[in-house]
Amino acid sequence: MANAADAHHDDHHDHYPSFFQRWFCSTNHKDIGTVYLFVSMFAALIGGGMSWYIRLELAEPGIQFIDDFQWYNVLLTAHGFIMVFFVVMPALIGGFGNWFVPLMVGAPDMAFPRMNNISLWLLIVALVMLLMSAFVGSGVGTGWTAYPPLSSGIYHPDAAVDFGILSLHLAGASSILGAINFIVTIFNMRAPGMTLHKMPLFVWSILVTAFLLLLALPVLAGALTMLLTDRNFGTTFFDPSGGGDPILWQHLFWFFGHPEVYIIIMPAFGLISQIVSTFSKKPVFGYLGMAYAMVAIGVVGFVVWAHHMYTVGLDVDTRAYFTAATMVIAVPTGVKIFSWLATMWGGSIEFKTPMLYAFGFIFLFVVGGVTGVTLANSSADLVFHDTYFVVAHFHYVMAIAAIFAMFAGWYYWIGKMSGKMYNETLGKIQFWMFFIGVNILFFPQHFAGLAGMPRRIPDYPDAYAGWNYISSIGALITMLGTLLFFWILFRTYASGAKAAQNPWGEGATTLEWHVPSPAPFHTFEDQPDMSGKAPAE
Amino acid sequence: MTNKLKLLVSAIAGVFLVSGSAMAGPNGDVRSAPWQMWLQDPGSPTADRIVAFNAQLLVIETIIVIFVLGLMAYIAYKFNAKKNPVPSKTTHHTGLEVAWTVLPIFILVGISVPSIKHLYFADHIEEADMTLKIIGNQWFWTYEYPDDGNFTFDSLPIAEEDLKEGQPRLLAVDNKVVLPVETNIRLLMTSNDVIHNWALPSLSIKLDTVPGRINETWTRIHEKYVGKTIYGMCSELCGVNHGFMPIAIEAVSKEDYQKWVQTAQEKFASDEPVQPKTADAVRLAAASQAQ
Repeated sequence: MANAADAHHDDHHDHYPSFFQRWFCSTNHKDIGTVYLFVSMFAALIGGGMSWYIRLELAEPGIQFIDDFQWYNVLLTAHGFIMVFFVVMPALIGGFGNWFVPLMVGAPDMAFPRMNNISLWLLIVALVMLLMSAFVGSGVGTGWTAYPPLSSGIYHPDAAVDFGILSLHLAGASSILGAINFIVTIFNMRAPGMTLHKMPLFVWSILVTAFLLLLALPVLAGALTMLLTDRNFGTTFFDPSGGGDPILWQHLFWFFGHPEVYIIIMPAFGLISQIVSTFSKKPVFGYLGMAYAMVAIGVVGFVVWAHHMYTVGLDVDTRAYFTAATMVIAVPTGVKIFSWLATMWGGSIEFKTPMLYAFGFIFLFVVGGVTGVTLANSSADLVFHDTYFVVAHFHYVMAIAAIFAMFAGWYYWIGKMSGKMYNETLGKIQFWMFFIGVNILFFPQHFAGLAGMPRRIPDYPDAYAGWNYISSIGALITMLGTLLFFWILFRTYASGAKAAQNPWGEGATTLEWHVPSPAPFHTFEDQPDMSGKAPAE
Repeated sequence: MTNKLKLLVSAIAGVFLVSGSAMAGPNGDVRSAPWQMWLQDPGSPTADRIVAFNAQLLVIETIIVIFVLGLMAYIAYKFNAKKNPVPSKTTHHTGLEVAWTVLPIFILVGISVPSIKHLYFADHIEEADMTLKIIGNQWFWTYEYPDDGNFTFDSLPIAEEDLKEGQPRLLAVDNKVVLPVETNIRLLMTSNDVIHNWALPSLSIKLDTVPGRINETWTRIHEKYVGKTIYGMCSELCGVNHGFMPIAIEAVSKEDYQKWVQTAQEKFASDEPVQPKTADAVRLAAASQAQ
């Protein structure tokens, strides 16, 4: 890869634009990625803060702090929206995707740098609008699913829901533009010799995610527009008194919503594959199987949406189909789990912080995955739908797992992004705090759910007090772990040791480790030649 | 199941069932108990099947989790950089890859066959002995007994300060739904405003009440619940007071049910028949929600 490094003999001649130009008008994929990461961290403090406030309220039976139940509903709704659209997606897709897809395929930048810029700023405006919606009238208290009639003009009469709808429209437009950018970049700007089947798995995962975004978000946009006209212009798409049907919303929403959860977790798959391979000092086991398992998950993910709707009164044959189809997803996800294990098998594993997070990710994903098999059954859903069992399931398999992937990615790439290394000891302490915290937080929720505790309630019958108390203690530990992360972040930028070009040794083979740390402002001005190289690991 | 497998089932499920067997509330009510770790005691043929099915799922899933955890522990112990300084370069093993694709398929087929049988069993009943109609409102339930004189009544939660001795907080209601045991009951559900969900964990009932639609399911309460109250809660976010619209069924013998019907017909005779909410009432509800 000598010529890749040669391309950067003029690193020191990078001249950076002025502060405002650099961070507000940037078309550079690295700077845009950095801004995405900081937007995500900012949103995580708000969305996470809401969840800690909620857990504080739920620590004991009775009403502690939130005596306005509409405000409680607004908090849980905003927590969902913020975590999905403004924390996980900006970090994994916008942040790491922008930073490392061009680096990994040997491209100088994204295909459409200016579109990249508007994609970022649409998201920031969307976040501002979403935050504003909480303070308009009585706020959006519909849950992130926004089911009509609750979200209709009769039951949420002020402009809050309209703010929410427009915020999602903007976030959706941002994601569609971003998705187009990734697809074009990956298809057209790979270095010579890097065929699709030699691409690093992280790039594969972003490619699949981009297609999911491109196909799912227009459906959400359509549904949101229908809701907007129902609310404001007298249409009755979702109103039975005008011939509409509230269930239509649920079909449209979940046709987007189910692929959305794969949009969240797919980049995490790719990231974990890179990290597992790097720290085991082994190429990925079953590379093609891993890549096509992601494609399979993406395809099947589009035909299972109604498993979120088992209790709405769907006809029984429909539910039988969705039960069977949902089960199918367990097969490619199983392939991924076993391939990660096989990658580590026989390896020479160094348990640095990113690898600990990858290990933790696999554990969380397996626990959340098997409860997903339970929930796939429409019959079992008769006791589980809308209970804390579901809350525990999706936080394990997608929310906390995705956060683990974000931490893993940050520790893995911070040297490349900032040129400085994090403190390994503090990183490990942060991992253990977070790992123990989230398990104490979410595991008891399985029991509360089995015992029958419904979701989205500000107070609960006294029998559920025990598990909720433990859960809230877990939330506290998780919060301390998060604060420690921000301390580590601060220390890294302020006084971190200088990062080597490749701090991870022989296992780190992808192209980003062949450019200096921090990655120079412009990379690969001369294309690296990948012909004759083995499949990327 | 073979005996060995049965032993394994009870060993793994045993941990959870310790608290499961003692799940009836203080007055013999059917609701969850403190520190409960397992499903509520099944009270209908559907619930019997669902609880048993979940126990099987739990066993399969626990084995999978322990298997993967075991592999991870072994990997961490055996293949760390100290113990194994030279990594192998193996990246393919067709037999292994086929195995971990095909084996899960068998497990999943094994799960879905009983699952779908239970699904059809739980769906509806051809020959019902009686019908109960359930209507969701923000934030209370309305019940109609079309076969026994078509009387109707509202069931509202009892505020915390008005609770009597032994009435559970957030679960007690003023008018319980009285239902006979060992009777096939058809349940029809709809809503006057937003989507609610009529859920009773111990009967494995969970069905949305959707405006403009009538959803159907059924139940048959076991004899052992005579004289007991079965509790549930609304299970679909329905606005401000979603957490405060409980469901309470009083299970009685068939004879007592007939007696209750006589008194209920008189007691609830003066109530106006249930009608869709007027526009005024809807606006009122919206206004109270907006506050």
